[in-house]
Amino acid sequence: MTELRELTCIGCPMGCQLHVEIEDGVVKNVTGNTCATGDVYARKEVTNPTRIVTSTVVIKNGDKPRLSVKTESDVPKKAIFKVMDEINHVVVEAPTEIGDTIIENVADTGVSVVATRNIGKR
Amino acid sequence: MSKYDIVIVGGGPAGLAAAISARKAGVQKILILERDHELGGILNQCIHNGFGLHTFKEELTGPEYAYRYMKQVYDEKIEYKLNTMVMNISNDRVVTAMNREDGMFEIEAGAVILAMGCRERPRGALNIPGYRPAGIFSAGTAQRLVNMEGYMPGREVVILGSGDIGLIMARRMTLEGAKVKVVAELMPYSGGLKRNIVQCLDDFGIPLKLSHTIIDIEGKDHISAVTIAEVGPDRKPVSGTEERYTCDTLLLSCGLIPENELSRGAGVEMNPVTSGPIVDESLETSIPGVFACGNVLHVHDLVDFVSEEADRAGKNAAKFVDGGCKAEKSKEVIELKAEGGARYTVPSTIDVSKMDDLLTVRFRVGAVYKDAFVNVYVDDNRVMHIKKRIMAPGEMEQVILQKSKLEAAGNIKKITIKVEEE
Ligand SMILES: Cc1cc2nc3c(=O)[nH]c(=O)nc-3n(C[C@H](O)[C@H](O)[C@H](O)COP(=O)(O)OP(=O)(O)OC[C@H]3O[C@@H](n4cnc5c(N)ncnc54)[C@H](O)[C@@H]3O)c2cc1C
Ligand code: SF4
Repeated sequence: MTELRELTCIGCPMGCQLHVEIEDGVVKNVTGNTCATGDVYARKEVTNPTRIVTSTVVIKNGDKPRLSVKTESDVPKKAIFKVMDEINHVVVEAPTEIGDTIIENVADTGVSVVATRNIGKR
Repeated sequence: MSKYDIVIVGGGPAGLAAAISARKAGVQKILILERDHELGGILNQCIHNGFGLHTFKEELTGPEYAYRYMKQVYDEKIEYKLNTMVMNISNDRVVTAMNREDGMFEIEAGAVILAMGCRERPRGALNIPGYRPAGIFSAGTAQRLVNMEGYMPGREVVILGSGDIGLIMARRMTLEGAKVKVVAELMPYSGGLKRNIVQCLDDFGIPLKLSHTIIDIEGKDHISAVTIAEVGPDRKPVSGTEERYTCDTLLLSCGLIPENELSRGAGVEMNPVTSGPIVDESLETSIPGVFACGNVLHVHDLVDFVSEEADRAGKNAAKFVDGGCKAEKSKEVIELKAEGGARYTVPSTIDVSKMDDLLTVRFRVGAVYKDAFVNVYVDDNRVMHIKKRIMAPGEMEQVILQKSKLEAAGNIKKITIKVEEE
């Protein structure tokens, strides 16, 4: 079965409209790209799109009310809301330092959620 | 009155980088004045990733990027005062500031570096008749509320303006469970980065309506709905295209302007295009010993360029201090002009004898250009001819001038940067 997907390349401000032909889950052809970056991007984006998720968690006894966090590396795009759900259920205790693990193996992605700022004790 | 070699106004990425480079150039008495309760500036609320790709070759979040510089400020034991608002700068570099502990105080500064950043355009820029009910926020205010206070302004959101802050907030509020219904942009192109349009809107199926604006806001106490319409080439609404969206929140992402009340008060000459000071090759303003960098000089979209620019401002301020803080009149000044598509240049003038071997000149274009050329003319001779597949108002452009070439040409009156068909 052949499937067609339309994407916008984010490689540079050109923002080429990419047309991707997929046959049984395999990329057959990419057109519309002006350079090789667009081809690589399109293949990754249709087979295994991933994103870094950033958010905040509640922190207790901290000198700030919220601790900003991120997934240490990118996670599958379809796991984003599951990741968010876990992040929203976490409460941490001050102090924290950049890089501290906040959640291990978030939403079974194998990726940790880590702190992105230092928060001192109140 | 206390005395410092260099006083830096603003402790955001620009102020921090300027302080560090001045210290590295050997200046001892440096003071950073910051009105907020922490260093880091706007980056503290920019919790998304995408900072520092140029500088650190990795994608950091805003707070992580800021911390890299804050740590150097701590390690170098550079002095700073928080919760301290600078009220006035005189044209002989006396800085007046105020905080709770010291009250109002004055500092005599060898050199001053302006690094106050920018602020969002006020919502008065929004030309909508009718009430101004609650529930209307600037995108940056919403970002602060959500990311720093953990407070969600609403659940059903419409965003006007497709600048990066608006796009980032569309994703942020969606992740927190809000429904972002539409982003309306007056111009036929987005002011935001492509990457943000894809990852903040397309990823979540949020429609972006170009050439659209809000023509009506409903709700007396609290906003309840807005009406959006398409605009013609004259930017006037086209009747028959109206669409109504119920919402409890309207975010305005209508652009940023440099924060220059202090600079104006000091009598610094301003550039009406950038709303920032006019500076020379050393990033020195029209007042000797007063330098500017970062968003207070012209609005940047990449913090890496802010840090780089601030690094130069810090070095040049250190040179000024080293030279005994004496104003040196330039003998030969070349004027830099932006024409035909290029809107402005930073710097505005060059004294070849003072410039570094390589000088980065930054500018922005006024519209989207495809397959156009950036041409640089020295007086009437074209000396650079650079093909660009694409240029857009949302992305800053640059050309690099070589000192040796300008010296060789000699006796130059002006350098012009033009965007042309060929
Ligand atoms: C919402 C948003 C998203 C962004 N996203 C990205 C991104 O993804 N990637 C990227 O590379 N860049 C991004 N940027 C751009 C980058 O963050 C900014 O260009 C950069 O922070 C500007 O640094 P600055 O030091 O000039 O200004 P600021 O960070 O604004 O710092 C100025 C400081 O001066 C202080 N100040 C002002 N007036 C006074 C006074 N009178 N007295 C004392 N202190 C004063 C302020 O409190 C503030 O702390 C983003 C910017 C914004 C606003
Ligand atoms: S395909 Fe190449 S030219 Fe086109 S947007 Fe992607 S990176 Fe840019």
